[in-house]
Amino acid sequence: MAKLRTRKHKVVLSRSAGGDAGITMVLTILGIFMFLPMFYVVSQSFKPLDELWMYPPRFLVKNPTFRNYTDLFTLMNDSWVPFSRYIFNTVLTSVLGTFGHLFLASACAYALAKIKFPGGGFVFRTIRTSLMFHSTVTAITSFILMSTFHMIDTYWAIIVPAWGSTLGLYLMKQFMDTNVPDTVLESARLDGASEIRTYWTIAMPMVKPAWLTLIIYSFQGLWNAGSSIYIYSEQLKSFNYAIGQITAGGIKRAGASAAATVLMMMVPILVFVISQSNIIETMGSSGMKD
Amino acid sequence: MSKQTAEVKAVSRKDLTYREWIWKEMKRNWVAYVMIAPYVLIFTVFTIVPVVLSFVISFTDFNMLQWPNPVWLENYINLFFADDIFLIACKNTLIFAAVVGPVSYLMAFLIAWFINELSPRIRAIVTLIFYAPSIAGQVYLIWGTLFAADSHGWINATLLELGFITSPIAWFQNADYVMPLCIIVALWTSLGTSFLSFIAGLQGVDRSLYEAGAVDGVKNRWQELWYITLPSMKPQLMFGAIMAITSSFGFGGVVTALCGFPSVDYAAHTIMHHLDDYGGSRYEIGYSSAIAVVLFVIMIGANMLVKKVISKVGS
Repeated sequence: MAKLRTRKHKVVLSRSAGGDAGITMVLTILGIFMFLPMFYVVSQSFKPLDELWMYPPRFLVKNPTFRNYTDLFTLMNDSWVPFSRYIFNTVLTSVLGTFGHLFLASACAYALAKIKFPGGGFVFRTIRTSLMFHSTVTAITSFILMSTFHMIDTYWAIIVPAWGSTLGLYLMKQFMDTNVPDTVLESARLDGASEIRTYWTIAMPMVKPAWLTLIIYSFQGLWNAGSSIYIYSEQLKSFNYAIGQITAGGIKRAGASAAATVLMMMVPILVFVISQSNIIETMGSSGMKD
Repeated sequence: MSKQTAEVKAVSRKDLTYREWIWKEMKRNWVAYVMIAPYVLIFTVFTIVPVVLSFVISFTDFNMLQWPNPVWLENYINLFFADDIFLIACKNTLIFAAVVGPVSYLMAFLIAWFINELSPRIRAIVTLIFYAPSIAGQVYLIWGTLFAADSHGWINATLLELGFITSPIAWFQNADYVMPLCIIVALWTSLGTSFLSFIAGLQGVDRSLYEAGAVDGVKNRWQELWYITLPSMKPQLMFGAIMAITSSFGFGGVVTALCGFPSVDYAAHTIMHHLDDYGGSRYEIGYSSAIAVVLFVIMIGANMLVKKVISKVGS
């Protein structure tokens, strides 16, 4: 029988030292593989011109400079659509897309999780099945549909489909299933609260981690959206697309493009750092039972 | 109250036909339909209708300009018997998905499992390191810089220094290297939702099961994993698999950004690229819809298969 020992008031199985060492080694190697490219971007973004073109190239920056970042702003000022416009586009679509998704998906998730009605199970299973295919298969027919609705080349072409994204709804519904007790809702209904009121004042405050997760997923998707087949006017394009144009400017912009990449990636990474524990909590109920 | 309604329902249900009862239930719960309506409407318009429409259009020669004529199976016959590039794309897609899907899944699970016993703070930092590449936008372009074609690329320079190669290799323009490199980059960005789901699932396993297991003779962490951990987080394993498989079909953009389009000798040409090519550039909507249908069937099929395999874990 395995030997038991106590660590932090929990009884855990004894672990072999060899296993611990092996796991640490695998984790370290994989960690380096994951981390080095990220680190290299940051290092590139602080390199002065001569270090960017030094042979042999150095991994680390020797004389860090903010030159690439200032260059980036100069480049931005040169573009014929002002850079603030691209930022505005991305912020507008991200905010409207995310909040619309939050309200529509959480209302739907509440009804599917907490009200028993004919067709509810079918609707949820259909939505869940759509997690199984990637949106690339629907891109072209969506284009045709949007052009019949005259949505092509408007902000709506980005915003409205984001409202209907499925992962957020799925996570919200699963989280409500496990974290909103029926007894609480039942007593609210007994007190005469309408279903919509119960949803808004009782269920929603109980699922804050799921909200946050849904907001972050939706926001990340919209923030990282590059060029879209639904948008062709230059002044409606996204910030990420504009950054891509700088990068496409060729090797002479290697520094500026690294700086742009660093700026772009800071936002989702910071958001994740702040919200990590909530996201993990939401994922606790993400499992699929059948 | 719930007891009372149950009784009332039970009595009244006996007197009604099934259809009348459903209608009554629907009327009683009309609020639920109001609440799901906006989301379901948008979901239907932008997900269900496009899938159905793809099926329908795939039997026509629609090209955005003229009224479509039915051509029945011609698109599919052309795809499988006349389009050599499509067959290359199929092969590449399957290789790509068959490597990236399972490897990223295993990697996500193993890392989540390895870090499970670390202290919460260290676990949070390690999680960030592994998860960051999947949310950091176009940061994967750095692989193009690391593997740049000339001797200024860090990989080429290092290999030259060490004497492994005598002249720089144009990594992303070489048919021998593009596929493995794209797979590596895809794996690098692949620790996403499934990874987080596994971390949460492992945290949620009931600790007392481990104690009980120890008493019952579980000897080491591998036995613990197989007999206790995996069976108790099966729902997460299922969800993670679906996330991993679905995203393993979504790396077309990464490949295009690194190798250009078309990739050299179509060495990294996938069905997603073929679809973009015919739908986005040539406006052969009928033909591209057939491609989309094939891709759709492959994705759903792969997911169903894996669901079946995972439902066998620990049973």
